[in-house]
Amino acid sequence: MAAPKKTAAKEHGQDRDNGPPPEFTREQELTALRDMLLIRRFEEKAGQLYGMGAIGGFCHLYIGQEAVVVGMQMALKDGDQVITGYRDHGHMLACGMEAKGVMAELTGRRGGYSKGKGGSMHMFSMEKNFFGGHGIVGAQVSLGTGLALANRYRGNDSVSVAYFGDGAANQGQVYESFNMAELWKLPVIYVIENNRYAMGTAVSRASAQTDFSKRGISFNIPGEQVDGMDVRAVKAAGEKAVAWCREGKGPYILEMQTYRYRGHSMSDPAKYRTREEVEKVRHDQDPIEQVRNRLLAAKVSEQDLKAIDADVRKIVNEAADFAQADPEPDPAELYTDVYR
Amino acid sequence: MPIQVLMPALSPTMEKGNLAKWLKKEGEAIKSGDVIAEIETDKATMEVEATDEGTLGKILIPEGTADVAVNTPIATILADGETAADLGKAAAPAAEMKAAQSAPPAEAGVAVHASPAPTGVAAPQSIAEPDPEVPAGTEMVTQTIREALRDAMAEEMRRDGDVFIMGEEVAEYQGAYKVTQGLLQEFGARRVMDTPITEHGFAGIGVGAAMAGLKPIVEFMTFNFAMQAIDQIINSAAKTLYMSGGQMGCSIVFRGPNGAAARVAAQHSQDYSSWYSHIPGLKVVAPYSAADAKGLLKAAIRDPNPVIFLENEVLYGHSGEVPKLDDYVIPIGKARIARTGKDVTIISWSNGMTYALKAADELAKEGIEAEVIDLRTLRPMDTETIIASVKKTGRAVTVEEGWAQSGVGAEIAARIMEHAFDYLDAPVARVSGKDVPMPYAANLEKLALPSAAEVVQAAKSVCYR
Repeated sequence: MAAPKKTAAKEHGQDRDNGPPPEFTREQELTALRDMLLIRRFEEKAGQLYGMGAIGGFCHLYIGQEAVVVGMQMALKDGDQVITGYRDHGHMLACGMEAKGVMAELTGRRGGYSKGKGGSMHMFSMEKNFFGGHGIVGAQVSLGTGLALANRYRGNDSVSVAYFGDGAANQGQVYESFNMAELWKLPVIYVIENNRYAMGTAVSRASAQTDFSKRGISFNIPGEQVDGMDVRAVKAAGEKAVAWCREGKGPYILEMQTYRYRGHSMSDPAKYRTREEVEKVRHDQDPIEQVRNRLLAAKVSEQDLKAIDADVRKIVNEAADFAQADPEPDPAELYTDVYR
Repeated sequence: MPIQVLMPALSPTMEKGNLAKWLKKEGEAIKSGDVIAEIETDKATMEVEATDEGTLGKILIPEGTADVAVNTPIATILADGETAADLGKAAAPAAEMKAAQSAPPAEAGVAVHASPAPTGVAAPQSIAEPDPEVPAGTEMVTQTIREALRDAMAEEMRRDGDVFIMGEEVAEYQGAYKVTQGLLQEFGARRVMDTPITEHGFAGIGVGAAMAGLKPIVEFMTFNFAMQAIDQIINSAAKTLYMSGGQMGCSIVFRGPNGAAARVAAQHSQDYSSWYSHIPGLKVVAPYSAADAKGLLKAAIRDPNPVIFLENEVLYGHSGEVPKLDDYVIPIGKARIARTGKDVTIISWSNGMTYALKAADELAKEGIEAEVIDLRTLRPMDTETIIASVKKTGRAVTVEEGWAQSGVGAEIAARIMEHAFDYLDAPVARVSGKDVPMPYAANLEKLALPSAAEVVQAAKSVCYR
């Protein structure tokens, strides 16, 4: 069986074969706007705290990619699991994890999701079905496939979503996982967040096949390219993939064409791309502005939108205050949680 | 001259087998390539093919005979023109018989894993301390380590529906080393899963399933191949509990044969004891006896942490007494005094115990009473038992098949120095694998591994004798 033919949009942000995505209701637009704004404001604040020295180590910001996790989350239901790599703050917020707990983990405080022992790249919430936060590029793909194996083993209809980047997409274990996922028809959605750069290496300099939706062809896994800057397109593609998985047809690949505005990490000098390129994406395709503009066109007042932003800023500021005031872990915590 | 047919060996480590069946009768004509008999071990059945033409003159070993030693004459073949009267003149090993396994070997494109199972090779007897987990008067059954491991898994799978096994050739093939024999038949393909040859991928999938709350047993055909998967074992399985602040753990067993087998050279003969025992978050178990193999594997499967369970191919066919109890579980982290003594403490685990116990027998003949400790668990290490013994004997020798540098023996020596320095009458001596990749040639391989003689020598040297 050949993989079902999906799109092969050549230009960034195009989703030609599927036509324009279904419109959102006003409620959905407002939810998407709020959720994306929360991530953006959170990440802006994390960037500031990093600059102040309150956050240490690595800190990979999700700014620009917000529509991917927010749209996907809108396609999931309770019990579905999410796992991702090191650029994970947005995923956690989208899963409903508290901004305070995430920010306090970034500052290495006891109120953080991992009690300050994991940091930016390693946070989890069993309650919200968020399985991390993994620092080894590509590891989450096998792990996420294992989550799907557990769902199939238990005979439930939950789906796992394994996010990874265009860089991780070249790792060997990704293809080992693809093979087993299709062989065993595991309900896992592989969301490849193609933000065009693996750290500082442009996709075309690292990948022989730059159409990531085709990466499952030799395993008969269907895939499609999605405008990852349009939250409606993401949700629609997510729903299709989720349905495929819930029906027991096996895994599904979604290549989300997106863009990160900030550097790979806070220490990235960004010499590998021009300022104009970044500005153009921000100006033409910003996921949040797209929703804002549609809402304004639908006669939602500027004031109402500002109220949402103010609400989100309040949450983020409180999280930042908490994350700086919360004490560091008790020294006795050094030796806990090694074994159960 | 009549030709003798000898009992064939399926691999270099096979010592005995059963003559299951004769497929030709005395007086029957034989062509080259004819299957004349079937031989079986507890691991595999193989066919004996004739390489000479003639008539089956006499069957020397009747079918159904158990424990026939390799190279025993089992039949004679008469050449054209020879009669039964010529039988007495049979030429000895001129007969070239070639053995072919009835099932294809488990090489699967990666390696040849000849793993014969000498049946009924008893572990050396010794004066051991009684096992506190076994009530007095418990009935004992003799089992191979292979069977003990299988029973441990089967019992735990019956007990807990979340336990399942995955790995290469664990299901249809019944295990590359036949450790999972019968599990597919009892538990079905949902719980006994054959995987493709993708160690990194299936180890990660197993860890993911464990993070979701299942209790996978991941079999590696050998731990040599687990190096492909070591990132998932260490970075994902061992560290996640800590990195999640205790929220998300991983109850999983990684098991399979570890260490040197026989004549498979450097890439297939490596001891990973020190590699895994270095890692906080992992527990590392390496049993020597059949009873320990069973009781510790059951404990490993129940443990809420990732456990590395190091088996040994050479030991799979060895038999020992296993207590006949409904639920025989040995706590992880407790060493066993395999032999009591007062003059020197010998510390080992897994196949290293073979050298240690043999050496203790030799030393006894020379009036040195060695106390032999079988560590059984490498992490957490039972320092207490080691120190108590060393305080009594004042001398210690470590025995391992792995390399000395950064080895488990080095760790034991350091702990003895830290906790019993004032009790030592001599520096701790280490017997280990030699500091070279494992050679293939039989003589070099033997030299590369530790030997009982080296242990004897080391024990004498710390006793200044």
